[in-house]
Amino acid sequence: MPMKQPQRVMSAARDDLRTEPRPVRFVIITLAVIFLTVFVVLPLVVVFAQAFSKGVGAYFSALSDPEALSAIRLTLLVAAISVGLNLVFGIVAAWAIAKFDFRGKTFLISLIDLPFSVSPVISGLVFVLLFGAQGYWGPWLQSHNIHVLFAVPAIALATIFVTFPFVARALIPLMQEQGTQEEEAAISLGASGLQTFFRVTLPNIKWGVLYGVLLCNARAMGEFGAVSVVSGHIRGETNTMPLLVEILYNEYQFVSSFAIASLLAMLALITLVAKTILERHLDEGQSTRVH
Amino acid sequence: MSGGAGRRSTLPGFGLTMGLTLTWLSVIVLIPLAGLFVKTLELSPDQFWGILTSRRTLNALKISFGLAFAAAAVNLVMGTIIVWALVRYRFPGRRLFDAIVDVPFALPTAVAGIALTALFAQKGWLGAPLAELGIKVAFTPIGIFIAMIFIGIPFVVRTVQPVLLDLDVEIEEAAASLGANRWHTVSKVILPSLIPALLTGFALAFARAVGEYGSVIFIAGNLPNVSEIAPLLIVIRLSEFRYADATAIAVVMLVASFLIIFAVNRLQRWAQLRLPAH
Repeated sequence: MPMKQPQRVMSAARDDLRTEPRPVRFVIITLAVIFLTVFVVLPLVVVFAQAFSKGVGAYFSALSDPEALSAIRLTLLVAAISVGLNLVFGIVAAWAIAKFDFRGKTFLISLIDLPFSVSPVISGLVFVLLFGAQGYWGPWLQSHNIHVLFAVPAIALATIFVTFPFVARALIPLMQEQGTQEEEAAISLGASGLQTFFRVTLPNIKWGVLYGVLLCNARAMGEFGAVSVVSGHIRGETNTMPLLVEILYNEYQFVSSFAIASLLAMLALITLVAKTILERHLDEGQSTRVH
Repeated sequence: MSGGAGRRSTLPGFGLTMGLTLTWLSVIVLIPLAGLFVKTLELSPDQFWGILTSRRTLNALKISFGLAFAAAAVNLVMGTIIVWALVRYRFPGRRLFDAIVDVPFALPTAVAGIALTALFAQKGWLGAPLAELGIKVAFTPIGIFIAMIFIGIPFVVRTVQPVLLDLDVEIEEAAASLGANRWHTVSKVILPSLIPALLTGFALAFARAVGEYGSVIFIAGNLPNVSEIAPLLIVIRLSEFRYADATAIAVVMLVASFLIIFAVNRLQRWAQLRLPAH
């Protein structure tokens, strides 16, 4: 890997050749700031403004509504299931892909990436086609009284589908860059495979694991389209937080809808801050390793 | 480059981890997606064609693809301007603006949807002044366009930003010292080397906007043939138990997004070939 040279010191004259005239600079900065304010800052602000528009009391009573609590519980449950499973899968897949050479590796990585390029609605649809009343396994499931669609299993499956690539994608480049020398040394010194993984590999990839989990969790808790298709919107039972946001909004219960939305917005902001911190750790790890 | 390449690894666990990977991948991703294609094969070509060429389907596809293309074009231009400001200039709040570019990635789509609707509704902070100018955004196709711009911003910015950061300043200095004015240096030297990244960002934003659902449906109005996007039509067909219709539309969209991703991969390979060896 080529190392980036530290920025060279430049004289004022050379600097002048490399930048635009003042008015041009001013216009570009103004356009960028206005655009980001309109499209990013204001939508965020409006969520909180609407949530608190009837006062703090209304805000908290909206959040403590039994339906809201049930949606929060379901969201946490589904996120725990899908993050947990995708964490194990992501580590296992990254081990196979990063630590070994085999044919078709690039193809396998693009298959893992596939869910990123599928519309959320289609991600839900594929499970309706499998488990729905007119689906492949629907009649069999129905005759055995097993509920998959319009119940937690399908919500979890759709969420696992849309969050499938996150952990693996965070770990594969990191583990490829780290190579296999440390693990090979541990094995030759008599460590078992699992010991090697937990004592050597895991400490090296811990920031990457956290990074993948963070992004996976944010998407799992916020997923709307895929979950909407498979959930059936049964009140108090199969509504996740994003689905309840939609239902309350369509019923003109704006304060309640935006109150729950504000929790999800806070989750997004916390995720972004944590992501920035983790990226710094990952960068540090990289630059110490390159030497 | 990637360590340990080109040599047989002595590490254990390849068979086990590869087996688990392929199994889990098949169960969660490949079998469900294959099910979609198999379901389509149950349709006769005439049926399939009939569904796709029905007026409502055609209009929904036109709206989704057309507006997504227009929104990605806006993102291409505005994304370039934003990247330029973030990378090349110093101004108050720069780091904060840099950080919030990712908000459309992180904000759940339903939240973005109701927030944009509240903002652009006729009594909203931006909707009210626009209404005075006679521009109605919410519940019209313009609303769809706005939502698609929102979700596409990070794609262009985040693909172009690292390339512009890595760009060799010496090339610019050489161009300037050879007598090129600033505009020539930018348009003939810098922008051409950004083209692969710009096209990649455009394609990613386009692909995302075509399939977008949550942030669009609240602001769209969802009037058939006017402001009804293709993903919503899939949901409507499902709720009417017209699985064949839903599947046919889904297959077209899926194939389109695979083609876009394929194009992106080719673009990135092209970009790597163009890159001068460091």
